[in-house]
Amino acid sequence: MSTDERFDIDIDAIIADAPQGVDNEIISGPVTDWATDFDHTAPEWAANPFPIMEDLRDRCPVAHTDRYGGAWLPTRHDDVSAIAYDTEHFTSRSVVLGNHRPPLELAPFGISPPISSDPPFHHGARRLLLPAFAPQMIAELEDSTRAYCEELLDATAGQDVVDAAIDYAQHIPVRVIADMLGFPREDAHIFRGFVHDVLEGINEPLEVRFESMQGLFMYLNEQILDHVANPRDDLTTYLIEAEMEGVKLDPFHIAGTIALLLIAGIDTTWSAIGASIWHLAGHSEDRERLVAEPELLPTAMEEFLRAYAPVTMARLVKDDFDFNGTPMKAEDWILLSFPAANRDPELFDDADQVIIDREVNRHSAFGLGIHRCLGSHLARLELRVALEVWLARYPDFSLADPDAVTWSHGQVRGPRALPLAVNR
Amino acid sequence: MKVHVDQERCQGHGRCYALAPEVFEPDDIGNGVEIGDGVVPPELQDAARRAVENCPEQAIVLEEVGA
Repeated sequence: MSTDERFDIDIDAIIADAPQGVDNEIISGPVTDWATDFDHTAPEWAANPFPIMEDLRDRCPVAHTDRYGGAWLPTRHDDVSAIAYDTEHFTSRSVVLGNHRPPLELAPFGISPPISSDPPFHHGARRLLLPAFAPQMIAELEDSTRAYCEELLDATAGQDVVDAAIDYAQHIPVRVIADMLGFPREDAHIFRGFVHDVLEGINEPLEVRFESMQGLFMYLNEQILDHVANPRDDLTTYLIEAEMEGVKLDPFHIAGTIALLLIAGIDTTWSAIGASIWHLAGHSEDRERLVAEPELLPTAMEEFLRAYAPVTMARLVKDDFDFNGTPMKAEDWILLSFPAANRDPELFDDADQVIIDREVNRHSAFGLGIHRCLGSHLARLELRVALEVWLARYPDFSLADPDAVTWSHGQVRGPRALPLAVNR
Repeated sequence: MKVHVDQERCQGHGRCYALAPEVFEPDDIGNGVEIGDGVVPPELQDAARRAVENCPEQAIVLEEVGA
């Protein structure tokens, strides 16, 4: 058994001594006016945010809310990309908008490097991970991913109704990332619990949120210690042994990065797979065309990513700052809506139409600038394989009950229940 | 036609080498780079243009040489 004194730490004592962030009063209740009181956790936003985005784009175009201690929502592509590129005025110290602002001392590392990191620290922390997520490495996962998708659908044999979210999409990214990290496959339900707590629990009382974060980090710590004792060929061992500028990583950096890989890789891809299948369930002409022309899938997939981009990011304003006439204050949140940018008619012809053979598609579903989704090549592989396997098995399907479809709320949007009538 | 990926702008979305794999390739971190000297033969020019049009970071410089 190897020992590593980096991990001889008293986590409780470190947490107790850690600098505190700032909490704000939790404001809930229905939205009065989306331009001045937006709330991305509102049920109408989860069900269909696009008409709201369109309205805001025409009349704001940067909406505001006093909820969450103050937040802005740009809706034009130009504004979203300007903020994504501007690491001087905006920090990634927290990328999940909520009722707690983590302490300023966390910058430039943040709680989950590199997504929560700012330059110059960001570059090295990201560089460490990029080779493992480069397309040539990710391609090696295709066969096992395909086999798992087949296995999931084998289990639905004989059913007239298959839930594409519950029976299928939700399982795929969890298995893939568990294997990459070297975590127990049977803990999949635990990972989904963490994802739910972090991303959908933003209006839970802050002590509940704190406890769930603590639970996540205690779980990760157990896995990390197991890898310290039993190194193996996976990302967790890689991070334990990795160095930045000749120095091994701080244990909180390791745990934070693993938390990121676990959380960011799961419901995002699950949402992209689910939203694509949801679209095809309601548009038989697109479904029939993809079944007849499978070579069109890579192009269609990009259009699903554009039109149903699952991920919205967040930033914090560093100092008081006039953003193109919008008076932003230090510590205001920015809800960085790539889904809104992707529907901007300034950049896309027929932006509100899903055109599965759209050839010019400069969408930003995976973000823009230095924080481009690290796992985008993996997400694309999973999405393509999941759709290929589904369409080959169930070429003819439709919504079993449109009212039974539910969507996640918050910064990651996708179907969470998607019962489909499959014609066998 | 000649293409060049500006490494200051490229963030590794990988659209170029997906759409024009004979013109661009990934480096070890997934950034796109032009293959060889970046000169695009006529039969690959449509694919190269499509890659330019789909780069989210607008990182590809396209030069029409002796058109």
